[in-house]
Amino acid sequence: MTMISLAAIAVTLLIALLLARPAGLYIAQVFNYERTGLDRWFGWLEKPIYALGGIRKEDQSWKQYAMALLLSNSVMILLVYLIFRFQGMLPLNPGGIASMEPTLAFNTAISFMTNTNLQHYSGESGLSYLSQMVGIIFMMFTAPASALAGAIAFIRALSGKPLGNFFVDMIRCITRILLPVSFVLAVVFVAMGVPQTLEPAAVARTMEGAVQEIARGPVASFLSIKEFGNNGGGFFGVNSAHPFENPSGFSNFLQIVLMLLLPASLPFTYGKMVGNKKQGRVLFVSMLMMFVVLLGVSLTSENTGNPVINALGIQHAQGSMEGKEVRFGAAESALYSVVTTATETGSVNTMHDSLTPIGGLVAMGNMMLNTVFGGVGAGFINVLMYAMIAVFLSGLMVGRTPEFLGKKIEGKEMKLIAVTLIISPLLILLPTALALYAHPDTISNQGFHGLSQALYEFTSSAANNGSGFEGLGDATPFWNISTGIVMFIGRYFPVITMLAAAGSLAAKKSVPETAGTFRTDNILFGAVFIGAVLIVGALTFFPAVALGPIAEYLTLKP
Amino acid sequence: MKTITVTIRTSIFLMIIFLVYQLAVTGIAQVFMPHKANGSLVYDGNNQLIGSELIGQTFVSPRYFHGRVSSIEYNAAASGTPNYAPSNPDLLERIQASVAEWKAANPDVPVNKLPVDLITNSGSGLDPDISPASARAQIPRISGLTGIPKETLEKLVTEHTDGRDLGLFGEERVNVLKLNMALSELLAK
Repeated sequence: MTMISLAAIAVTLLIALLLARPAGLYIAQVFNYERTGLDRWFGWLEKPIYALGGIRKEDQSWKQYAMALLLSNSVMILLVYLIFRFQGMLPLNPGGIASMEPTLAFNTAISFMTNTNLQHYSGESGLSYLSQMVGIIFMMFTAPASALAGAIAFIRALSGKPLGNFFVDMIRCITRILLPVSFVLAVVFVAMGVPQTLEPAAVARTMEGAVQEIARGPVASFLSIKEFGNNGGGFFGVNSAHPFENPSGFSNFLQIVLMLLLPASLPFTYGKMVGNKKQGRVLFVSMLMMFVVLLGVSLTSENTGNPVINALGIQHAQGSMEGKEVRFGAAESALYSVVTTATETGSVNTMHDSLTPIGGLVAMGNMMLNTVFGGVGAGFINVLMYAMIAVFLSGLMVGRTPEFLGKKIEGKEMKLIAVTLIISPLLILLPTALALYAHPDTISNQGFHGLSQALYEFTSSAANNGSGFEGLGDATPFWNISTGIVMFIGRYFPVITMLAAAGSLAAKKSVPETAGTFRTDNILFGAVFIGAVLIVGALTFFPAVALGPIAEYLTLKP
Repeated sequence: MKTITVTIRTSIFLMIIFLVYQLAVTGIAQVFMPHKANGSLVYDGNNQLIGSELIGQTFVSPRYFHGRVSSIEYNAAASGTPNYAPSNPDLLERIQASVAEWKAANPDVPVNKLPVDLITNSGSGLDPDISPASARAQIPRISGLTGIPKETLEKLVTEHTDGRDLGLFGEERVNVLKLNMALSELLAK
């Protein structure tokens, strides 16, 4: 790895982090229900949506808010499911693509609504332009908007304010955050070489006289919301490794910044909304520290390369290049893989199945922890859950009732947190075991890596990431249905339980802060928070990763 | 019930808004940047479409520079890789075969001058680029077969080496299609 690569990585992260605070404060303003200057800019678009949609700006209880989120998302899944099922007969289908079979349509609709974007189809041949431009894009906006709305309601409850209205929050997120940024960046992506056309595939005769059909489409408008909304689903089968979906080092840089922007800015939104900026900063710095350590591990491993290949005596200064693109190289591919899993985006510019075992482990670990920034909204709810666990553990150690933002955390909240904690290993480990037992034929890489393939698929589904070890033969009814269910529960269960916990906290009286209160905005708390993440999160999965990537690593060691 | 009707009504309106968004981007792209918006297509002197500068293509003739390994043979109607794990024995076997092939076709260039990107499958199977070192390693073979002096080819590779964006992002690379088009012009002279 050259110094320039390191400098490029440092500059990329620095720019993303510098943007995080102003973006976070802007988000806080978007969800401030008082009249602000933003109303003038976006009211013209919002008013007709409220009117035509029949949305009234009434405050909801946590139960109403959670129900609105769950029910509206379920209805959207059904609507888009129908589009996929009938795309063969619907217009905007110049490629003559057939309708989707039921289990694949079930999986794909849930996948995009839950912000996962696991793809068991290939974009070039599986979806008509109508499905891409109406079905998929619609969910790529509403999914992150729903998740961010959930997180904002959660934060409002913690700060003792009314929860607000789900539909208003979702619409504001779309009109004031997602749509304007996506629009501008889509044009920027075209300037970088990303296609934006409604023409069907071009047919070329290559220099050596062969026929080459070149798939294209409205890629740029898809790409910007894919990254900014932490969606991650590719227009093309290989996602951002495709030269049309990520043509240059510059477009790669921009995608990484876009992925990080919302997740990294939410701690600042939180700090502003609960009126404790220091606490937001402590959470931000804690996550950043975990991120940097994981990135360092992945970079080292990818730049060292595959010992088995290196032993052949070829020139291997470039590091591991199987499944990677020359324009990104090993370093910026490793960075992308860490960012996309930390932010639960799930887009890839390198094939994760071909990452070195330790590079693959870092990607998987990010999703298992789901607290190193985490996806827009849902990730931050998870982070705050771990913050409460940290408070609870500290309370146990000193023998006091734990308090968070002046509210006592008691039995009811801890029970809700405990079931939320338990659901993630259940969603990952149980189906992995089932898949390995019942469907070993779908696994393409044998040995320890085979276990990693199944484990990665369910980890990615449960954490709503959506990247995959794509060698897996996952376009079968078993994988479609099982991951569909895991994605759905992985998404909505924690949102509902955590809204319940926040609702319960909101109903309590504030306890005045005394000298004996355990502070949640200093370095000590940051350390306890990281400890809680590592002990509770990492230890749960250690046995599984020891049998997968770690065992594979040991077999490759020269 | 109310939530359901609100969702359906809002969804339909949003779908229209997002469609307008995409059509607006398409309009702007097609008016101001038609070349890029349509896939950076490349035509030859007779206005015949020969490919895209962003998409790699297969070169079999040893007189041309070769690109990276592609399990889909640069079929750009799709994209993909075999997704080999680092521990997969098939990966080692394929690379050993590539190395043997290299030795046979390039007797003047020792294996330790063979860069790893040339014998690995790219992520997309459509990688248009190779590293400058991979282009240089092929110069002795092409020079021997075409009679073009090595220095001329060296100059050609240098001219076709794209730097990092803003001197920082991405890696140095050589676009194989553009390089071969220039090579073919040289041969025609």
